[in-house]
Amino acid sequence: MKWNRRHVLDTDDWSRDEIEAVLDQTRAMIEILQRPIRRAPPLRGRTVILFFAEASTRTRVSFELAAKALSADVTNITASGSSVEKGESLYDTVRTLQALGGDVVVMRHASSGAPYFVAQRTDAAVINAGDGWHAHPTQGLLDAYTLRDALGDLDGKRVVIVGDVLHSRVARSDINTLVPLGARITLSGPPTLIPTAWRCGQLPPGVTYEPELDRAIEGADAVIALRLQRERQESGLLPSLREYSRVWGLTADRVARMRPHAPVMHPGPMNEGIEIDAAVAHGSSSLIETQVTNGVAVRMALLYLLVGVGTAAAVEERV
Amino acid sequence: MKLEGRYIETPGFMDLHAHLREPGFEESETLATGAHAALHGGFTTVCAMPNTDPAIDTPALVKEIYARAPGWAEGGRVWPIASITRGRKGKELADLVELAEAGAVAFSDDGSPVDDPRLFRSALEYARSAGRVVIEHPQDTALSAKGVMHEGAVSARLGLPGMPAAAEETAVARDITLARMTGARLHLTHVSTAGSIELVRRAKADGVPVTCDITPHHLALTDEWVAGSRAFAWEVEDEGLRGVPYDSSTKVNPPLRTLGDVRALWAGLADGTVDAIATDHAPHASTRKDVEFDQAAFGISGLETAVPLILGGVRAGWAPLTTVIAALTTGPARVLGVELPEGDHLTIDTQAEWVVTPESFFSLGKNTPLMGRSLIGRVDIAGLGLTKRGGGQRAAEAISRR
Repeated sequence: MKWNRRHVLDTDDWSRDEIEAVLDQTRAMIEILQRPIRRAPPLRGRTVILFFAEASTRTRVSFELAAKALSADVTNITASGSSVEKGESLYDTVRTLQALGGDVVVMRHASSGAPYFVAQRTDAAVINAGDGWHAHPTQGLLDAYTLRDALGDLDGKRVVIVGDVLHSRVARSDINTLVPLGARITLSGPPTLIPTAWRCGQLPPGVTYEPELDRAIEGADAVIALRLQRERQESGLLPSLREYSRVWGLTADRVARMRPHAPVMHPGPMNEGIEIDAAVAHGSSSLIETQVTNGVAVRMALLYLLVGVGTAAAVEERV
Repeated sequence: MKLEGRYIETPGFMDLHAHLREPGFEESETLATGAHAALHGGFTTVCAMPNTDPAIDTPALVKEIYARAPGWAEGGRVWPIASITRGRKGKELADLVELAEAGAVAFSDDGSPVDDPRLFRSALEYARSAGRVVIEHPQDTALSAKGVMHEGAVSARLGLPGMPAAAEETAVARDITLARMTGARLHLTHVSTAGSIELVRRAKADGVPVTCDITPHHLALTDEWVAGSRAFAWEVEDEGLRGVPYDSSTKVNPPLRTLGDVRALWAGLADGTVDAIATDHAPHASTRKDVEFDQAAFGISGLETAVPLILGGVRAGWAPLTTVIAALTTGPARVLGVELPEGDHLTIDTQAEWVVTPESFFSLGKNTPLMGRSLIGRVDIAGLGLTKRGGGQRAAEAISRR
């Protein structure tokens, strides 16, 4: 399979083969990460610019570790979230990025679609590390990797995604990555936090909506709980966090209604006691820490595929 | 009038709704460039919306627009619309009778709906005594809140905050209810949803004195354009033409709607529910558009692409040519309660193919998702004497000779 993308902006138009190529590459990267010296040379001489215009520690650090494990030079640019008001426009930032001449720009931005804006205006390969409510492709890929590892084949498997789907780039990227691999998705959550069109029959292929989590989770093969932002209550979308937690929180009772050993995932950071109980988050079915580990490998795989020198076999030889 | 064959002849068009940006935002458009753009697009009369800086809310400012406008002498004639409320703030009525006496052809706070229903009722009643129509931008701003595109399957996919059709329709329903109560003339501008069309259709059947217009872009484009589609409503998707998603040139208020809405607009045009086609020409300097989608200004520069968009739908059989020409001429004149100015004649080459480039526009606003696109149908500007260099003087001579 020839993987031939110039950027990673969204996985919505990726074929199953392309997704599997990245997951296979990820497996090779995990091997590198398990070695005593976690470093391989295929990005030597390449510069990766981390441009995080929205606060994020875990994703930024994950990309930084991934780039360094492949021997890239890594540099950080931080910018204010609402750049227009604070003087420096995204347009200015892009011109700076272009002048700096990085090979890869990894970007996180509060505005949906901002990575497209950057990709159009720079020669660098752009990796979307999360844009607004739109997409978080590396999260989708690492969730797919983690689930495939845990369940084997995803064909016909039913994955529940519960919570604030409306505002969640993770939910969108999980859908776009898991469905092509054969999984079926059941969305659950309060109606105010599910896109209207998706509640009214215009669902993406492979996706259904079941408002009641108790019904959605019955016999499921896996569940992904989404982070609930506290401001949803303030903006009138939720009556109370207490009620949310009671109706849509991931409890041990609910987890027990899935198939035996069905994995529990969460993109982090968690609000323990709101969308997920501590006992579940740290229980035997939880893959939440595995997700973090796999995240580094997925990001290595993408960096390698975008700007790496040589093939996977070459990595083996040169290490 | 001659509506057969490649070259058609019609009276000059009248645009009820354009933003010419002067005074205050001359980096986006001026009365001169706007009037040129209007004529280039076939609009020999263009009504200028008052959301300028300052807003057109005093008789002196109305007269200032007439004084500054190149008007009849150098392009399309410019007719000022005055604001409904002082400073367009929606708090107190502007001096509507005096504004009418100074030459305001209508009243509108366009861009900022009059949220307060009590004040809007007063505006309708008072405008009636001034003999002018109130042009309302129907939108419940609480319901549309932070939306940046139509709320539907496409916004769900793109992760963009949506403006539901209901944000327009609840406002249309309120406005119609108040027009029914007051008996005052109400014009709803740029209605864009199937539900709005149905509300207006029923109101007209009930004898409510309401009229409405729709824009060329809402007749031709759908919300899929925000996701990168570049297929007109009557075309099948062409992968080769696809643009980049989140292109801010597709960001407009009211937002581009679904194919079902587009079809309802054409149906409304065909059955007389829709009175006029108005451009909502909204030019912007590139600095307002060359930003993140959610930060970008709303608006499409529309005067100069109206004719080919509308003709495209006619060619596809979505409405007869006579209907759309009426909606560009006698329709808008009737909305304002005026006669169509005599002596304005246009020739349109319905087969001429041309490419939209920044240079092809007289407007300073190059913000259109049609940029780079090849379109069919254009106004015979040589016949109007309109050239970039020569400007309007010759245009006026050409028109007045006829």
